Formats: sequence, C-alpha cells, structure tokens
Amino acid sequence: MTVLLAPQMPRTLPQRVGWALADGWIVARRALVHWVRNPTVVAYQLVWPIMMVVMFGYVFGSAMTVAGGGNYREFLMPGMFGQTMMFGIATTLMAVTTDASRGVTDRFRSMPMSSSGVVLGRAIADMVNSCGELAILVACGLAVGWRWHEGPGNALAAVGLLLLLRFALIWVGIWLGLLITPEAAAAAWAPLFPLTMVANTFVSPSQMPGWLAVVAEWNPLSATVAAIRDLFGNPGMPGDSWASENAVLLAVLWPLALVAVFLPLSVRRYRRLAR
Amino acid sequence: MTSPALVAEGLRKRFGANAALDGFDLTVREGTVCGLLGPNGAGKTTAVRILSTLLRPDGGRALVGGFDVVGQSAQVRHHIGLTGQYAAVDEILTGRENLEMWGRLYHLGKATARRRADELLERFGLTEAADRRVKHYSGGMRRRLDLAAGFILAPRVLFLDEPTTGLDPRNRTEVWRAVRSLVAQGTTVLLTTQYLEEADQLAHQIAVIDRGRVIADDSPERLKSLVGGDQLDLVVADAGALGAAAGIVARVTGAEPETDADVRRITAPVRDRMEALTATLRALREAGVTVEDVALRRPTMDEVFLNLTGHRAAAQDRDEQEVAA
Repeated sequence: MTVLLAPQMPRTLPQRVGWALADGWIVARRALVHWVRNPTVVAYQLVWPIMMVVMFGYVFGSAMTVAGGGNYREFLMPGMFGQTMMFGIATTLMAVTTDASRGVTDRFRSMPMSSSGVVLGRAIADMVNSCGELAILVACGLAVGWRWHEGPGNALAAVGLLLLLRFALIWVGIWLGLLITPEAAAAAWAPLFPLTMVANTFVSPSQMPGWLAVVAEWNPLSATVAAIRDLFGNPGMPGDSWASENAVLLAVLWPLALVAVFLPLSVRRYRRLAR
Repeated sequence: MTSPALVAEGLRKRFGANAALDGFDLTVREGTVCGLLGPNGAGKTTAVRILSTLLRPDGGRALVGGFDVVGQSAQVRHHIGLTGQYAAVDEILTGRENLEMWGRLYHLGKATARRRADELLERFGLTEAADRRVKHYSGGMRRRLDLAAGFILAPRVLFLDEPTTGLDPRNRTEVWRAVRSLVAQGTTVLLTTQYLEEADQLAHQIAVIDRGRVIADDSPERLKSLVGGDQLDLVVADAGALGAAAGIVARVTGAEPETDADVRRITAPVRDRMEALTATLRALREAGVTVEDVALRRPTMDEVFLNLTGHRAAAQDRDEQEVAA
C-alpha cells in the first residue's frame, strides 16, 4: 500500500486558476466520453434539427413567403441554427439535474477540487457539443441550397454570435438545473418550443399580429437570428423597430446580459446547496 | 488517548419548521468505527452532510481531523471521503475510468491516479470488472466502487451513509469486508445505518440518534446489555394458550414479554441466551404448551428504540424506510 500525500492546496491566484482549468478539463472529458458512448442520444439530438429543416423547408416551406422576397430555405436556415442553440439548454439541464440527483454533485462538493472547475467543465463540454451540432446543421443547410454570401469572415462572425448565445444559455441551464429534477428537465421541450417559435426563426414578425410581433422582435433569439441573416447575406427583411434595426448590437448585448444575470445566480445557487 | 478524529458539539439544523438536528453531540476517537444508528428522519444524513461540509449547520460546531467544518471546509475536504446513500459513480464510465477520474480531481496527477486506481480495484475485488462499464455492475460492486472512490486519498475520516441499504445479504457482507479492510489501515469511519446488526458487526462505538439528538452512545456490548441483550421469539401452536405461555415466559426470563396474537408469537428479552432458551422450553413443555417455532435473535432497531426512548420509531419513518429499502 503506497502512502499518498494529499496534494498541496493551491494558494496563489495562478495556482487556483490552474486547478480550475485542470478540473474543468477532466469534467468536460467525462461528458464527452458520455456522448461518444451514448451515440443514440447524440443521434437523436442531430436528427431533430435535420427533421425540422425538412419539415419546414419542404412541407410548410412551399406555402411560405419570405417578407421582402427570397428563398424560404435560405431564410429558414439561420432560424434553425438559432433554435438549435436554444434547444441546447435541454442538454445542459439534463446533465446538471442527473448529476445532482445521483449524488455526483455531492461527491464533487465533498472533494478538494475547484468548484468553478465543475461549471467550467460543463461549459466546455456543452460548447464542444454545440460546435458539432452546428457543423452538421451547416452541412445540412448546404445540402438544401443555403449559402453564405458575405464572405467567410462574416460567416465566422455569425457562427461566433450563435456560440455566444449558446454560452449564455449554459448559465441559465446550470441555474435552472440546480433547482429542478431530471423529470422536469425532460419536459424542457414544452416551454422551449414557443420560446423559439415566437421569434423570427420560421416567420418574420412583420407577418404576425401586432402584439405578438413585439414579443417576437424583442426575443433574444430574434436578435441573434436577424444578425446572422445579415452576416450570412440571407433573405429576411428586418422590421422597422429599434430591435430589428440594431440586431447585431442586441445579438451581442442579450447574451452578455444573460451571462451577467445567470452566472452569479448559478454560483449563488451552487453555494446555497449548503443551506 | 489520541485526539478525537471527529467532534460535534451542539449541532443544530432546521429545514423549515422541522428540526433535523437539535443539539447533536458526538466524539469519535481516531482509528475507530462509530455506528450512527437511527430510523429515517432521525437526522443521520443531515449529520453526515454537515460533517462532510455539504451542509452548513445553523448552530453548534464540528471539527473533523482537527479542522472546523465551516471555517476550514477546504482543509476538511482534504481529509475526508464520502460514500452517500446513492452509489455516486458514473454509470457510463468503466470502474477504472471512474477511479482515475476521481483521482485526477483529487489532483493526484495522471500516473499516480492510474496506479492508485489499480490498487483500489485490487483491494475492493474489482480487478476483473475494472474495464467493464459500471452500468453492468451489481449493486454490491457499485457500492464497493463508491467506497473505493471515497478512499482514494486514504482519508483520515470516511463517512459512509447507509452503505448497505438495499443490498442483498451476500453483497452486504462484501461491503462489510471492504469497510473492515479500510479500518485496518487506521481510517476513522462514521457509518450511518438502520440495522443494529450492521453497527454491531462493524462499530467500536454505537450512537443512537432520535429526533436530531444522540440519545445513547456506548460500545456495542454495553448498548446491547442496556437494551436487554438478545430477544427470544416463541410461536405457540394454539392461540388459546398464548396468555398462559406468556406468563410462563415472564416467570422464567424475569422480563415482561410482548405478545402478538395474530401470529401467536411471544417475544422477550433474554440475557443468558442458551440458559433462557432451554429453561423456557422445558417450562412450557411441563405446562403442556406446544411450541411451533423458536428463535434467538439480536434486537431489531425498533426494539432498541422502544427500550431507549419508550416510543417506537414513528410509523411514518418506517414507511420511508421501506421505500428506501
């Protein structure tokens, strides 16, 4: 039996950051291994948006007109990218609630590991997952005739905005996940549907009844989708409200605001587990 | 006498209107096993959660390994291991991957974590199953893996919250064997359980907890003699003879027996097991009472409770217990 020396606790700030990064990577790797070994979960996650593209692009799409003119599928794809980022919150929720209910969160908390490492790991894993999803969806878009028209720089900026939204939603997911059960997390689709559809994802708000159009235009998802339509050069006439005219600004501000609110809330909620 | 590994003084914790801990005091000596015995809802898990830094107490204080669980929680975490009521292991990873992951999270370094995982797999009898995913493990194997994870740093104090609840007898014995091997290394163990037998098997000290307080704290031998030693169960063939038989049992054992008319059973605490058994059976035969079944057994936790508190573990608690089991 070897005698183990408990590792020295980190004292300085760089040491602490080092621990958090090391822990974050190990926690993230665990989540990635989960996905690799549960390909059905990942497959379902990927089949879903592809099915939506087919349904909306071809089934409903034939009856759709794009406000301001243009191909509906070119209009649709940015909406699908945005919706997929929003639905990513269900992945975060499921992981956080499952760990909490199985005692894994308690084991993390009883260990001398960095608590920011736990959330950092979650964030890394979910971002990797979302990048994969986006890549598949982009390929799917290219297959149905969607293109970017404003050069690779703008296209990358659009991807950046999508990932920024996803990053912000991780904190909403962690906060909520520490409040609810895995059963409730499995029902997350129900509220996510209206949240992602009362937006400019599938139909331009200008074609909605007035009151609904206001809600849709101010939906954070609409800001991201309008901004990336602009950056990709896809059709979809922006409305004349302030929100529509400043979509890129809002697509940056909304996620930052979500992070500013939900990151501290998540940290507080994690600490309050000790109450 | 060495300094105590664990001291709790007047711990209090409330959840809404319910006082989960209400002046909890406990001292556990270094290198010993303390069994915290009580029904569900008595406060066992709350005590373990406070002592393992997962929960803050509302009042009182506790030192684990000499460190304050509130003010020095980071240091406490370096010296404890925790195995909760659920086997908190990752189902999708293999046994080896689990231990390596937890080892890395203890900052052992890659090579050390790997070596430590091998050692622990060997010691907990999991070497053969090491590369299988945990979801294919039996209940006992999961608990042993969970124990191994709690033991990665060879902690000074190990908390085991109902380590064998829901396990069959064979798996239970396996877990007990694993716990004994840890104690042999000098680890101090605080173990919560609903089974007197489990505490009796493993513990040097048994603390009985009721409504958030320790109501008895002694060696298993002393505690058992306090509650009247073993129990004698007799089932008589004829329900009509129950009253007469109970009278005979009372006379021979010198204790007031309990009778259960539905199953024609008489139960009495006995001190001298074999002497009481033979004397009672002889007296019953002489009186012409036919005995259908007889058993000598250790008291159940209910009986310990009844003896110590004068009340049975609340019915609602027993229901929860069944659900948990």
